[in-house]
Amino acid sequence: MRRDRADVLTGLGDPVLLAGALLLAVLGIGMIWSAGQVDLPSGVTGAWRRQLVWLCVSIVAFALATRVPLRWLEWATPWIYAFSIILLLAVLVVGGGPNTRSWLRVAGFSFQPAELAKLATILLLARLLGLRKEPQTGLFDLWKPVLAVVVPFLLVMAQPDLGSALIFVVILVSALFWAGTPLFTIFMLVSPGVSLILGFSAAVWGVWFVIVMVGLYLRRPFMGEAVAVALSNLAAGALATPLWNRLAPYQQRRLLVFLDPDIDPRGAGWHLIQSKVAIGSGGVTGQGFGLGPQKRLAFLPEQHTDFIFSVVGEELGLIGVLVFLLLLAWFLRRVLRVAAESTQGFGSLIAFCFFAVWFAHLVINVGMTVGLMPVTGLPLPFISYGGSFLLTTFVGLGLVCRTAYET
Amino acid sequence: MRGGEAVRLSRVRRARAAAALLVVVILVLAAAFFRLQVLGAGSYELQSRNNRLRPIPIPAARGAVYDRHGELVAESIPGYSLSLLPAPPDSALATLGRLAPYLSLESAGIEAVLERRRRNPQLPVLVRDDLSFEQVAAVEERRPEFRLVVIGTHPRRRYPPGSVVAHVIGYVGEISESELDSDEFVEYEAGRIVGKQGVERSYENELAGVAGTRYVEVNARGSIVREFPSDLARSARPGRDLTLTLDLALQQFTDSIFPEGDRGGVVALDPRTGGVLLLSSYPSFDPNLFVGGITEADWAAIRDDPGRPILNRAAAALYPAGSTWKLVLATLAMRENSVGIDTYMPTSCRGALQFGNRAFRCWRPEGHGPLDLSGAIKESCNVFFYQLGLRIGLDPLLSGVNGLGFNQATGLDIPGEISGRFPQSREWYDQMFGRRGWTESVVLNLSIGQGETEQTLIRMAQFYSSLATGGSPVVPHLLQSEVLEGVRESWALGLPEARRKELVSALVRVVNEPGGTAYWYRPREWTLAGKTGTAQNPHGEPHSWFVGFAPADDPRIVIAAIVENGHPDNRTSRAVPLASQIVSRYLRSEGVPPDRPIEEPVQPPTLGISGGVEGVQ
Repeated sequence: MRRDRADVLTGLGDPVLLAGALLLAVLGIGMIWSAGQVDLPSGVTGAWRRQLVWLCVSIVAFALATRVPLRWLEWATPWIYAFSIILLLAVLVVGGGPNTRSWLRVAGFSFQPAELAKLATILLLARLLGLRKEPQTGLFDLWKPVLAVVVPFLLVMAQPDLGSALIFVVILVSALFWAGTPLFTIFMLVSPGVSLILGFSAAVWGVWFVIVMVGLYLRRPFMGEAVAVALSNLAAGALATPLWNRLAPYQQRRLLVFLDPDIDPRGAGWHLIQSKVAIGSGGVTGQGFGLGPQKRLAFLPEQHTDFIFSVVGEELGLIGVLVFLLLLAWFLRRVLRVAAESTQGFGSLIAFCFFAVWFAHLVINVGMTVGLMPVTGLPLPFISYGGSFLLTTFVGLGLVCRTAYET
Repeated sequence: MRGGEAVRLSRVRRARAAAALLVVVILVLAAAFFRLQVLGAGSYELQSRNNRLRPIPIPAARGAVYDRHGELVAESIPGYSLSLLPAPPDSALATLGRLAPYLSLESAGIEAVLERRRRNPQLPVLVRDDLSFEQVAAVEERRPEFRLVVIGTHPRRRYPPGSVVAHVIGYVGEISESELDSDEFVEYEAGRIVGKQGVERSYENELAGVAGTRYVEVNARGSIVREFPSDLARSARPGRDLTLTLDLALQQFTDSIFPEGDRGGVVALDPRTGGVLLLSSYPSFDPNLFVGGITEADWAAIRDDPGRPILNRAAAALYPAGSTWKLVLATLAMRENSVGIDTYMPTSCRGALQFGNRAFRCWRPEGHGPLDLSGAIKESCNVFFYQLGLRIGLDPLLSGVNGLGFNQATGLDIPGEISGRFPQSREWYDQMFGRRGWTESVVLNLSIGQGETEQTLIRMAQFYSSLATGGSPVVPHLLQSEVLEGVRESWALGLPEARRKELVSALVRVVNEPGGTAYWYRPREWTLAGKTGTAQNPHGEPHSWFVGFAPADDPRIVIAAIVENGHPDNRTSRAVPLASQIVSRYLRSEGVPPDRPIEEPVQPPTLGISGGVEGVQ
C-alpha cells in the first residue's frame, strides 16, 4: 500500500496536538535562551542549544512511540515497570545530584529514573484498570493499583524528591478517577494522606477526622473498610510529627516558606520573593525579551528550570503570561479530548494520566512562581530546561497520539 | 454492551469535570498574575530597583576658610576614597585582608572599618579616604579580586596652619549617632563628615555643601555590574567659602612668642566691629589629626595630656578676673556714687584693710599710701578698691555687675563658649552658704575680682572694648560679616564720655608711667592702655592677666591675655609682655602710625622669665 502524506499525518493520530507541543517547545527554547542572557555568563548561557538537541532526540522518540501498537505496549508494560523500579533502586545506590540522589549518569548523559518511573507507572495502572469492563468500587479491590504506585512513590521519597513523589499520587488518583472508581472510594483512599499533612495541628486534623467519620457514617461502606480508614487516619495524624522531623531541613524550609516567605528572606524564601519581584516588576507589557533585570543580575534563581515562568512574567509581562497559559490550557484540553474520545480503555487511561500529570506540573510550577504553591522543583512541561523530562513528555505525547490514532 | 455504554457516559461527565477544573485553575493563575503584575506592579517595580540599585554618596567639597587677608585657614584637597559595598562580614573581612597590602591597612584599621560596617550594614562602608593615585591604581588593576570595592573621589579637609588655628577652626569628623538624631542634621545620613568644633561646626550649613548621589547596579552577590544612569542621581554641590576676621599672621606670631610649655590664652578683638583678630589657647592640638578619623593613639595623647589641649582657654575656661576686674568697680562707683577719677578713699593703703575681725591685704605689703582712683588703678591698690566696693554696697554691686552682663556669654559665633559667673543676688549667697554662713565682707573679695566670680578671657576683652570706644561692648565674632557687627547697648557702661576718657587715661598710666604695673613692657611706638591682673587660684601660683587696648585715643585692637600660674611673684608678669608684643605687631602690620615719640629700647629691671621678653619693643 502506498503511503502518501495524508497517511503519515493520520499515523500521527492528532497532528494538531503535535504542532501545539512543538510550538510550546520552541517557545520554551526561546525562554531558555533568554534565561541565559545574564551579566555574569554561566552554564545557563548555552542551555538553549542543549535543549534544542534534546528536542530533536525527543521528536525521534515521539515518532517511535507513535509506531508502537498499544497492544504490544500493554504486553511490555510489566517489563518496563520492573526495569524502572530497578533503575530507581540503582539511583539510590549510585545516583548523584545537588541535594538529592536523583540523577543517573550513563555514558555522559544524566538521566532522572523518576521520569521513566512515572511513565511506567502510568502504563501499569492503565493496564490494571483499563482491562476491566466495570470499575472496582471496594477499597480493598484497589490493592494492585495502590501497590503499583506505592513502590515507586516510596523509592522517590527516599531520594528524597518530594515533587516527583507528589506526581505519583496524582497518577494514582487520576487513573482511578478516569477508570470510574467512585469518588468516595478515592476519598477514603487518600484521606490518610490528608491526615498526614494536617497532622501538624491537632485542631485542624481533628476537624478533618470528624469529616472523615461523618462521611463513613453517611455512605456506609463495608465495616472492614470503615475501620481501616478510621485507623489509618488516626495513625497518619499521630505519625505526622515524627515523619516531619525526618524530612530534610531544606524540604522543611521549603514547605514553611510556602506559608510565609519572609521567615527566611535570604535562604529558602529568597526564591519565592525574587520570583514575585521579577513577575511583579514585569507589569502588563514586561521588561522586554532577554532584558529582565532581576534575571540578568542573577537575583532570580533556577531561571531556566523551575523558575522559567518568572522570566516569562518579568520579560513578557501579563500579556506573555496569558499567551503561555492559554496555549498550555488549549494543549491540555486537546489531550483530555483524546482521552475522552478513545474507545480503547488502555490508551484512554494513558492519555488521561498524562493530562493529569502535565496539568499538575503546570499548576505546581506556575503556582509556585506566584506563591500559590510550595517550591517543590517541578518543571513546566515543554518550557523548562531539562532533557529527560522533555524526552518523557514527548514519549507520553507519542502514546497520546497513538491512542488518538487507534480510536 | 450496556455496561460499556454506562462507562462511556460517565467518562463524558468525568471529562467535563476535568475540563472545568482546568478552566478554573487557569483562571485562578491568571488572577494571581493579574494581582502581581497589574495591581502590585508599582511596588514590585520599586522592589526590583531597590534589589539591584545601590546608592553611592558623592561627598561635597567643604568650602574653604580664609583669614582677613585671604590666607588659607582650611581647604578641601582632592583625595581618593575606597569603600566596600554592603556584604556579609566574612566576605568584607576577606576583601579587607586582600586590600591591606595595597592600602597599608593595619589590623587596627581593619577593626575600625568593621566597626563602621556594623553600625550601618546597609550602606557602603568607607575604608580609607586619603588614598594616593598610585594606591587607587593598584587596586583598580586587580578589579576582579575586589568586586565589592567602590573607588570614589573624596575631598579631604586640610588645615595648613595646623595647631595654630585649632581652637578657631575646630575640626571635622564622621557624624555621630546623637547628631544624626538631632533636628539640625535631619538631612544627613550616617557616615557623613560634619563640623565638630569651632567655625567648622557653627558654619556647617554654609561650608558643607550638598552631597550628591550616584547609583550603581549590583547583582545578587553584591558585585557592581555597572553605573546606573538614573534621574535620581545628583552631582555634589560644593560648600561656600568663608572669610574670617582672624589675622592668621598675628595668630602665628602669638604662637611663636607664647611662653613655651605654659598654659593660657590670648584673644584680640577689633573694637570697632567686634571681629576676632586673634584667638589662641595653649597647649593646642593639630586639627589635621581628626580628619578622616583620629587614630586611637593620637586621641589618647590628646585626651590624656594634663594640659588639656582640647580646652579652649580663650572662651571655654573660667578664671578669677583679678585686678582687671577693678575697672568694673570703678565704672559702677563713677556711675552710682559720684566718685571722680580724683576721689580719695578715707583710709590710705598701709598694706591691708581691717574689716570686722579680719585684715584684707593689698599686694604690696608696705602699702601704697594715699591714692586717688586714677592712682589706685595705675598701681592696682587693693585697699582703695575694698573701700570702693564697700561704698557701692553689696546689693548695688550685684545688680550693677549683672547689668553689665557678666553672667552671660559674649555670643561668640563658635560653639562651646561658656558664660561668666557672678552672684546674682543675696539669695545666691543664702543658698550657697546658708543664711548665716556669710557676711557683707564678700564685697571686699568681689571688689578685686576674687571670690565668687569667674570670667572668660573673651568676656573680659569684650568689657574692655566698651572702655575703649563709646561705652558699649562689641559682640565678638569670627565670620567677616556686617550683619554680625554691632554693639550691645544693654551692657553699656552708662558713663558720660568724659568719665570714660578719665578711666582710659588711668589705664594709660598703668602702662606708660613709671610705677604703673605694666610700665616695663610698654610698646615703644603706640600708647597702650590696659590693666594687669594677678588672679589668686587654688591651683598654684597666681595667673597672670593683662587686658587692654591701643592706641589709647583711637583703639584698633583690644587684647586679653592670660598665662596660667604666670605670675610667680608680685613683680613679673608673663601676660603683659606677651600682650604688648602682639599689639605692636598688629598695629605695625596694619600700618597704624605711631602716636608717641619713639623711645629707646628699655631694659626691664629683673626678669627671671622666658619668652623673648628681653628687649621689649
